[in-house]
Amino acid sequence: MDLAIAAGLTPIFSTLCTLATRANGKSGSNDNPSSIRDNQGMRFTLLSLLLLISPLLHAGEVKVAVAANFLNTLQVLAPVFEQQSGHRLLISAGSTGKLYTQLHHGAPHDVFLAADDKHPALLEKEGLVMPGRRITYAVGRLVVWSGRSMPSQEGTQIFQQPGIRHIAIANPATAPYGRAAYQVLNAMGLWHTLKPRIVQGEDVGQVFQFVASANAQLGFVALAQILNPKNMFSRDYWLVPEEFYDPIVQDMVLLKKAENNSAAHAFVAFMQTAQARSIIQQAGYRIK
Amino acid sequence: MPPELDLAPLWLSLQLASVTTALLLLFATPLAWWLANTRARSRAVIEAMVALPLVLPPTVLGFYLLLVLGPHGALGAPWLQLTDTTLTFTFTGLVIASLLYSLPFVVQPLQNAFESLDRKSLEVAWCLRASPLDSFFSVVLPQARRGYLTAAVLGFTHTLGEFGVVLMVGGNIPGETRVISIAIYDHVETLDYASAHWLAGLLLVFTFVVLLVVYTLNRQARVRVI
Repeated sequence: MDLAIAAGLTPIFSTLCTLATRANGKSGSNDNPSSIRDNQGMRFTLLSLLLLISPLLHAGEVKVAVAANFLNTLQVLAPVFEQQSGHRLLISAGSTGKLYTQLHHGAPHDVFLAADDKHPALLEKEGLVMPGRRITYAVGRLVVWSGRSMPSQEGTQIFQQPGIRHIAIANPATAPYGRAAYQVLNAMGLWHTLKPRIVQGEDVGQVFQFVASANAQLGFVALAQILNPKNMFSRDYWLVPEEFYDPIVQDMVLLKKAENNSAAHAFVAFMQTAQARSIIQQAGYRIK
Repeated sequence: MPPELDLAPLWLSLQLASVTTALLLLFATPLAWWLANTRARSRAVIEAMVALPLVLPPTVLGFYLLLVLGPHGALGAPWLQLTDTTLTFTFTGLVIASLLYSLPFVVQPLQNAFESLDRKSLEVAWCLRASPLDSFFSVVLPQARRGYLTAAVLGFTHTLGEFGVVLMVGGNIPGETRVISIAIYDHVETLDYASAHWLAGLLLVFTFVVLLVVYTLNRQARVRVI
């Protein structure tokens, strides 16, 4: 609705501007101080008009900090939310740990979509989030991906193919998907034999790069990355059975500073609607 | 100091910075000499190329290195055939990446030093039939000492502080590619601020002491020459 107002106002603005320019052109011929003052008066009127109207142009804004693995999905959700509510999403992506540190030190985000439940819980304990507004929005699913077509192999066989020099995982100490990858290799009894071939990326995004650039032959990534429409590489993957790793519970929180931001409240509500949940599910997550 | 603090990344970084600086001084000397003396038209092109690593953000530079050094890359593929090892995720790969990353910091001070040489003393050396090598060590090097010092210090410290490039091509392997900047970053990400502060503090103190020693020795040496 607000977009429509903005669109409708644009021609009015340009007409006003043209009028102003014309007035300027006329006064330019007889260069006396009074006409300059007129011109300034015109500008002042225009400026105050602009200032009067600007709140109408600006609907609410929600600053969202999102874990890297969910960025693509959020980009699918964003236009749906923006169209329904008229609010605007400002998205910043990063690793959960980094975003947590920034939020802890006063980053201006309203909503935090983490890749785990640990960091949101920490923020809650520190009293930085709205009580009772910590919600699980997705449960991540871990897959093994090679970047090229994979014959239907399962389990340990994948790791015993010839020619596997490097297996990429996200950093287990910092990235939830990395921790899950470590748990899987451990549960399969492969961690110690494969350890010399393990390379670590900062997050699953980097693991994807390592595999896509053929520097690693296998990588543990999020299912959502493989299903992402922008993935130009193979869509073959091995979905790791969920009994091999602790569930990757991804929580979101509403920061306390957004208490009076109705747009932020609307976004949190939107994330729990059936429509949003179905988009999240299609993107490659489980819903709790 | 936290009892479990791992100092290996500090030593690895110092090792990487030392190897890179030594190699760069070796390779950059002929390059800088050529740039300082040539009238070839290609000079401007080469000069511009040397400065290019300054333009790209380190992670972007690292991304392209990941492609070039990778098993299908222009450098990585022949290396894999020759040695049966990859360049990415290895110390050797980090050295190659650092050579590129720190190249302008070494070439430019050397080029400046060579350009401001006293040409007469060099011509005198030639008239006295000093061999090119002899005139380099007896005439050029003493005059360009300050340039070499600057080049070495900049190359060393710039490599020591390298983060984005290593993040992209390193793979965070302990003892091989987990350099100090990566280790500090990991400590911060895992909320282990004590270890992060300690490593960062040690790095700063250590580097400060090294630089202090280098500059002090340089001052004394200069006094003696005069």
